[in-house]
Amino acid sequence: MTTPAIEAGQLSVSYGGQRVLDQVSFAIPPGSFVAVLGGNGAGKTSLFRAILGLATPEQGYVRVEGRHFGRGRMPVGYMPQMRRMAGGQLSGWHMVAAALRGRSWGLPWCSAHARAEVDAALDAVDARALAKRPVMSLSGGERQRLLLAQALLDHPRILLLDEPLASLDPARMRETTRRIYDLARQRGLTVLFSTHDINPLMGFMDHVLYLAHGKALLGSVDEVMTTPALSALYGAPVEVVRADGRLFVVADGGADTLHCCDCAEHTR
Amino acid sequence: MFAYEFMRTAFLAAFLAAFVCGPVGWFLVLRGQSFASHALSHVGFAGAAAALLWGEPAFFGFGLSAVISGMGMGVASDRVVGRDVMIGLVLSLAMGTGALCLHFLTRSAGAATALLFGDILGISPSSLYWLGILAVGCVMGLAVMGRPLLFASLQPDVAEAKGVNLRLLDVLFLGLVGIASAMCSQITGVLLVFTLMVAPAAASLRLGFGPMSGMAVAFGLALFEAWGGLCLSWLTDCPASFWIALLGSAVFATANGVALLREHYGVPSVKP
Repeated sequence: MTTPAIEAGQLSVSYGGQRVLDQVSFAIPPGSFVAVLGGNGAGKTSLFRAILGLATPEQGYVRVEGRHFGRGRMPVGYMPQMRRMAGGQLSGWHMVAAALRGRSWGLPWCSAHARAEVDAALDAVDARALAKRPVMSLSGGERQRLLLAQALLDHPRILLLDEPLASLDPARMRETTRRIYDLARQRGLTVLFSTHDINPLMGFMDHVLYLAHGKALLGSVDEVMTTPALSALYGAPVEVVRADGRLFVVADGGADTLHCCDCAEHTR
Repeated sequence: MFAYEFMRTAFLAAFLAAFVCGPVGWFLVLRGQSFASHALSHVGFAGAAAALLWGEPAFFGFGLSAVISGMGMGVASDRVVGRDVMIGLVLSLAMGTGALCLHFLTRSAGAATALLFGDILGISPSSLYWLGILAVGCVMGLAVMGRPLLFASLQPDVAEAKGVNLRLLDVLFLGLVGIASAMCSQITGVLLVFTLMVAPAAASLRLGFGPMSGMAVAFGLALFEAWGGLCLSWLTDCPASFWIALLGSAVFATANGVALLREHYGVPSVKP
């Protein structure tokens, strides 16, 4: 049996005194492209922090490739949610280069080999040219590409991407998703891709990991995005409606739209 | 000018202060903690005044209180963010305490002026010895923690995920800022630490230099300010701290002008 890329067993994590993941269990097969879906506060970032060893589980475990790695030693590239970036006067190149062996003591000096590694990561996301510009002059989408390049340093086998589509327009969302998908397939990476909006991922993802009310449901789109499955997950009646090629998840009575998915494009 | 020992001592002291303030200031500005140097110099003032009252050298009182406060700020970093009123009150209390200590000193007026605005010409050769030790220690400390500090400054979330201890770095770095503030205050005084620590670093960053070259340029600009201030002070008989402050503003304004021109003409400011 293949060892899962990421496995959680009865995992419970709290944030700010509130339990955001409550006895969650799942196993993500290696090489899969997983959309981590859920509303604000559903526990997407907390799950990533638990995987990275930044949040201590109150209960249960999370393993990467079947092991408990020490923090910073796992083969995981992490792209955090984009916030205001310090050091905006520095070039994008220096921003990415800072992450290369950034935990080692010493001067922030780049050898020729290190420079080549940074250039290769930038080439992988087609960001070599824009990396010459100061970070503060870059758009949100361009900064996301730099963060993705940074996540690719040190040759990770797993990518954790926290809201990589935030602040992008729809066209850029599809473009970014395709870029990440192509990279993942070329390199055989396992990708966990958290998002509020599943639309740009349709046709790319292998699985959906849907988080709600502290619980998680992992499966294919057709398995997870159904009325019975999501009603059970939310613990309340919700309805999954397909209309005009779009998928809506609607709360009981239709008053609140929890999620919508554009199902028009299922092919890659 | 160099026939006098006090001038030679002043130039050497200015060199040592610039040697520390350039790289430390570069990280300070990069991390958006410029205000920390100002805050630590205020707290250092109280420590210096207390040391004078105690009969000890002001420099040691300044250094000790600034380093302890800096490390304390690092430990409590999460709790002080966004608490402007509390920080303002603590700084006011520090200045007030300093004023009280000076009140009980018989030579308070001269001591107060030296602490607040610097007395670079009054630095003794024995003080130079201590300044040298601190400068080497400070820069060596920064050289050891430079790489993770840069990583943590630019991408704290990723750095933490990669195993960098953010809190430890914060504490150590602000401790170094305390030492740098103490050294800088010898040249510019408590109130003008900002000019030597922040202005050259901000100019260097504005010009788009990378980390290593940026720290070197910040050191060069700090040296230009400090030595330029001394020379102009000699020529005009005005306080060196005034000239250093003026040169600091001029350096930053020039760097800003150059950066704006580059942006206007689309010249890339950075060569990775």
